[in-house]
Amino acid sequence: MLAPLGESFMQRAILEIALIGLAGGAIGCWVVLYELSYAAESLAHSIFPGLVLAAVAGVPLLLGATPAIVIAALAIALAARAPGTSRDVGVAVVVTTMFGLGVLLALSPDSPPGVEALLFGDILGPADADLIAAAVLALLVPAALWLLHHHLLAAGFDRGAATGLGLSPGAIEAALLVLLAATTVVAVQGLGNLLVVAVLVGPAAAARQLTRRIVPMLLAAAAIAVLAGVAGLYVSYYAGTAGGASIALAIVAAYLLASAAGRLLIRRPGARPPRPLATIA
Amino acid sequence: MPGQALIEADGLAVSYGGPPAIVGVSFALGAGERLALLGPNGGGKTTLMRALLGELRPAAGTLAVRGRCGTVPQTERTRLDYPVSALDVATMGALSRLPWWRRPGREDRCGALAALERVDLGDRAGETFGELSGGQRQRVLIARALVQEAEVLLLDEPFAGLDNTSAAALEALIAELAGEGRGIVVATHDLDQARRSDSVLCLNRRQIAAGDPLAALDRATLEATYGGAIVEIPGAGGKAILPSHHHHH
Repeated sequence: MLAPLGESFMQRAILEIALIGLAGGAIGCWVVLYELSYAAESLAHSIFPGLVLAAVAGVPLLLGATPAIVIAALAIALAARAPGTSRDVGVAVVVTTMFGLGVLLALSPDSPPGVEALLFGDILGPADADLIAAAVLALLVPAALWLLHHHLLAAGFDRGAATGLGLSPGAIEAALLVLLAATTVVAVQGLGNLLVVAVLVGPAAAARQLTRRIVPMLLAAAAIAVLAGVAGLYVSYYAGTAGGASIALAIVAAYLLASAAGRLLIRRPGARPPRPLATIA
Repeated sequence: MPGQALIEADGLAVSYGGPPAIVGVSFALGAGERLALLGPNGGGKTTLMRALLGELRPAAGTLAVRGRCGTVPQTERTRLDYPVSALDVATMGALSRLPWWRRPGREDRCGALAALERVDLGDRAGETFGELSGGQRQRVLIARALVQEAEVLLLDEPFAGLDNTSAAALEALIAELAGEGRGIVVATHDLDQARRSDSVLCLNRRQIAAGDPLAALDRATLEATYGGAIVEIPGAGGKAILPSHHHHH
């Protein structure tokens, strides 16, 4: 049980997933409550060309991922403005374009080998810079969520009424997306382009099965992300499986367990009564 | 200034950028008065509420709102599966008084608890919002408006979906809140409740009638307001208003 802890690469991997899990689990709660899971997955995919370009140039992946996510966000905002285009359609068009561009770059003869690491991450070999970025993220995201907590809660509860409370739901959602983008850019280096969404959505979805209050949900999601992350690393160590994929599957297992436990423990609000069309006068 | 109306509208028109959604609206609401807002869905009730909240600007005419408006939306618009307690929701009212970087503190939560006690829900403060009954949820949203220290309460169909007992209790609470000097605007389809208000405003994309409900609410006014969509209910001893369409403006 303690053998993996004696290995230097496992110590670094556990530190990396714990830091990413803290930030990803917490922000994931708002991603789930704001129904932004699709946006979270899409943002991760859309930075692929930036990752490939950074790998080609031999610079830190963060330098490629950051401009790519900004371009993707702006392109989504523009595409969604086209007549007859919803935000979902805008996201789908932009993400497909960006991911396709990334694949073209990755398969070009000039690309270095190791595209798999961009797609599936390299949680077992984080560089010092990756650990520092994850530590900054683990401080920044919870601090920002603490500051914005009541605004996020009020705008997510009833967007329409939030304006009447003097809040700006658009600005609150934009702040949430910026934090989500920052988390994605950092976490993608460990978990990869395809699997990063697991740590953003899975722990929060699991925590939601276990509690009906936001603060316990935030704490539970962060704890589940860290524990499932470490469990995934142990599976990877003993079974010789890929680190990122093992973590993703451990998070899914945590979700299934939480679902089963939640059904036993938690009473859910019932269905709404049918609304009468008119009142007899 | 004592005696000055909380809300005064004169020849008000409001649009969403295109043709006006409502025109020719003139009314006044004093402190302690209850105004019933009648009209079909799409008739402009929500548009007027949004103008009162300052979200939409007058396209013509004048609108003066003196005092803070607190909105009480239909509880069906809120999310019942959202992980908040009644106290969390009431505390949201404090955000309107705080700069964005300030979190509600102990004092704000005490104020929210006092507001819940004011609406007879002090003992349910810790319950999940979605697990409360429809009438209780409506009261929690009223408590949120009280925490806002709103001088004017704007209630959007507060009686929709409530049983008779809950509706009567809610109506009594609204009367008490008006008695404390607040101005109350209630959008409703219920003619009986409208008749018990101090004044009424009938809207169908323009003002059909305004003033004393007993004088204003005659059959011609109702037919003009609801476009003739008033049907007798055999055996029910009354009439029902069938909204002709379901757009919200």
